[in-house]
Amino acid sequence: MRDVTKRFPGCVANDHVSLDLERGEIHALLGENGAGKSTLVKILYGVQHADSGRILWEGEEVEIANPAAARTLGIGMVFQHFSLFETLSVADNVALALSRGTGRDPALVAEIKRLSNEYGLALDPDRIVYELSVGERQRVEIVRCLMQDPKLIIMDEPTSVLTPAEVDKLFDVLRRLKADGRTVLYISHKLQEIRDLCDRATILRGGKVVDSCDPSQETPNSLAAMMIGRSFDGPKIGKPVHTEDGDALLTVEGLSMEAASPFGTSLKNICLSVRPGEVLGIAGVAGNGQNTLLAALSGERIAQRDDWVRFEGKSIGRVGARGRRDMGIVFVPEERLGHGAVPDLALEENALLSGWGRWKLVRRGLISFSKTREKAEQVISAFGVVSAGSGAAARSLSGGNLQKFIIGREIMQDPKLLIAAQPTWGVDAGSAAAIQTALVDLARSGAGVIVVSQDLDELFTISDRVAVIFDGHLSESRPTHATSAEDVGLLMGGLFETPTEATPA
Amino acid sequence: MIALERRLEVSRFWLYATPVLAVGLTILSGAVMFAALGFDPLEALHAYFILPISDLYGLSELTVKATPLAMIAVGLALGFRGNVWNIGAEGQLILGAITGGGVALAFYGVEGPWLLPLMLLGGMVGGAFWAAIPAFLKVRFNANEILVSLMLTYVAGLLLVYLVTGPWKDPMGFGFPQSRLFHDSATLPTLFENSRMHIGFPIALFAVVVSWFVVSRTLIGFQIKVVGLTPPAAGYAGFSSSKVVWVTLLTTGALAGLAGVIEVSGPIGQLTPSISPGYGFTAIIVAFLGRLHPVGILLAALLMALSYIGGETAQIVMRLPLAVTGVFQGMLLFFLLASDVLAHYRIRFGSRRSEEG
Repeated sequence: MRDVTKRFPGCVANDHVSLDLERGEIHALLGENGAGKSTLVKILYGVQHADSGRILWEGEEVEIANPAAARTLGIGMVFQHFSLFETLSVADNVALALSRGTGRDPALVAEIKRLSNEYGLALDPDRIVYELSVGERQRVEIVRCLMQDPKLIIMDEPTSVLTPAEVDKLFDVLRRLKADGRTVLYISHKLQEIRDLCDRATILRGGKVVDSCDPSQETPNSLAAMMIGRSFDGPKIGKPVHTEDGDALLTVEGLSMEAASPFGTSLKNICLSVRPGEVLGIAGVAGNGQNTLLAALSGERIAQRDDWVRFEGKSIGRVGARGRRDMGIVFVPEERLGHGAVPDLALEENALLSGWGRWKLVRRGLISFSKTREKAEQVISAFGVVSAGSGAAARSLSGGNLQKFIIGREIMQDPKLLIAAQPTWGVDAGSAAAIQTALVDLARSGAGVIVVSQDLDELFTISDRVAVIFDGHLSESRPTHATSAEDVGLLMGGLFETPTEATPA
Repeated sequence: MIALERRLEVSRFWLYATPVLAVGLTILSGAVMFAALGFDPLEALHAYFILPISDLYGLSELTVKATPLAMIAVGLALGFRGNVWNIGAEGQLILGAITGGGVALAFYGVEGPWLLPLMLLGGMVGGAFWAAIPAFLKVRFNANEILVSLMLTYVAGLLLVYLVTGPWKDPMGFGFPQSRLFHDSATLPTLFENSRMHIGFPIALFAVVVSWFVVSRTLIGFQIKVVGLTPPAAGYAGFSSSKVVWVTLLTTGALAGLAGVIEVSGPIGQLTPSISPGYGFTAIIVAFLGRLHPVGILLAALLMALSYIGGETAQIVMRLPLAVTGVFQGMLLFFLLASDVLAHYRIRFGSRRSEEG
């Protein structure tokens, strides 16, 4: 790709970006959120079109009008969000994408089997997608892509939904593809993965190529520094305080709850407890009941029995979100825009959203706007939120900055317990470190913190104890220092009895 | 080729310019329509829009018609902000007229300054009661408030017809389907001599100011806004959407009921089978034309009031069919909704490959 430029209203997503991909290499495209990775890839796959610049394919200039044209050239893509029909079989899904009749075509089934054997992608063509795990679904996507014999395969953050064991399997597949002479363009912001897997890396920042390197010669910190453009410090984590014999702040005992939607996961007999001053991490692959658990903890959904959830000794299972907030339980939801913040409202109005009670911003039903603005500005300055001021609409902020605002808003309400879902998901490295530091600092100051995350590195960095949620069951928690990512990874794959006995590692 | 491109942010300019554009397009299409009907378009437009308000009496009539429109529309706008779609304000207006008028008939001949406030209160209670039915069904069974409130409009209309042809029929009315004329204590005082402008208009202005205050300054106004914009965020903040349904429907119902009793105790002076030329429905247009903003609603209410009296004047002066009023109101809403696209999209000229994903 030569001098590719793409402008969007208000920003230049790609500014004269040039990128060379060699045959048979795994090439990393690295950059913070909003650096222009996705746009560049979409141009390459024909989903979007460059305003200027050229694309050379095997030495010849080509115009990629749409994804079909890209596939004809030999470019395939595996998206971060899968596009599979849940109620159809694996073979049907492949057949539909290729416009090749139905999944009952024996030639097609044979080809799927051949490819999955060749690359170690264990798949049964007759299974219904609905029953498959996330890792298996990703294999369907990869096989579907391979059916077209692509020379270049683009993978957009493929490991964000996988367990560590599944990640290892995926890397084996990618290395086999490379050995076959195929090229993989690998998009990620997980630095360790890129060091392990990729031959070369191109780093984007602010829509421009700022550097390229051999990632195996770099450290995660030096890669992060290239990504954010300044030296990078990991989160500063204070020493854990041992409060093992302290009274529990929040206790959940025997909580069961139906999922809100037919495709959600119901909770079965959940038990957990958090003490003041500690961070409890809850690991798990997405879709194992985290959403239901978070709703049950925040009070957005009320438990059947009051004594299933207890806070400071009081039963609160049937207390709603507002009542729990008044008691000092605050919540950072996974979805920032549209759950933790109202996209169309200004930051100060979003400060009012969750802070009006604890900050006493409302008297006799009347809102004090001067106090609200003051609080919003305090959050903005204390947490280094980059924005056009407290009057800026929430949707105008980048993901990382909005998340800093939301976390800051909750922490500055002086909570006794903070529950955070995916606090650094999709957040740039600099903001992520700041957020993680803030969460640990909050715990060290005496509050309880629960972090639900898919990111094991994060959980091992910040939590004192870690538990795993799988299919609506929660494992018993273990001290982080007495367990390893591999052990937790096994639990994430469902290898535990409920309730398990804590096994020393 | 012309393409529509989604704007990153809603255009402030077009948000306020589209109502003006819609009015302009309506007048233009009106002129074309008049010409097609064989009338002189300029003369017809003059008769429709200028003539009715060229004297003081006309201006006072304008306020008479704008009063129920503004009163109902500020209530509706409150609900629309919170995603509560009360389409049955017409029915709530009728029920308010029935209950408020019922108070007047129950105390027929009894004089006293307390009667009128009691009637107004009765009207508000009646309208709020009628709106409480869809509110209850919505909160309890998640029944669609659009259908329930709309259907109840016809029930209210039939109830009114039953009452004025049956139990409440004027015994001295030569069998006409109407109630007794309300006595003096049950009639709204007019503000000026020789006009029908009554104290309903200041009440409507007061409602506009209060609703502006509620929307911009109070917690409940903020809660309505959040529930309407982003229901999950409302759940997150612990705002109750059921409460918003109740508050907005009861408020709208009470305001519509108040408009109803004001109509029958003011300009009409008795209960008849047809007490409203569709104020409750026209108020929906008023709410949107006014961008759900109280001040905008006041201006829109005056404009729609003009379309009512303009239709009557045009009928008298130029023998235009009265259906012109409905046509004008319909065109206005149509053009408004159509030009709203400009607030959310920009138009781009020139060729562009289609972007298929």
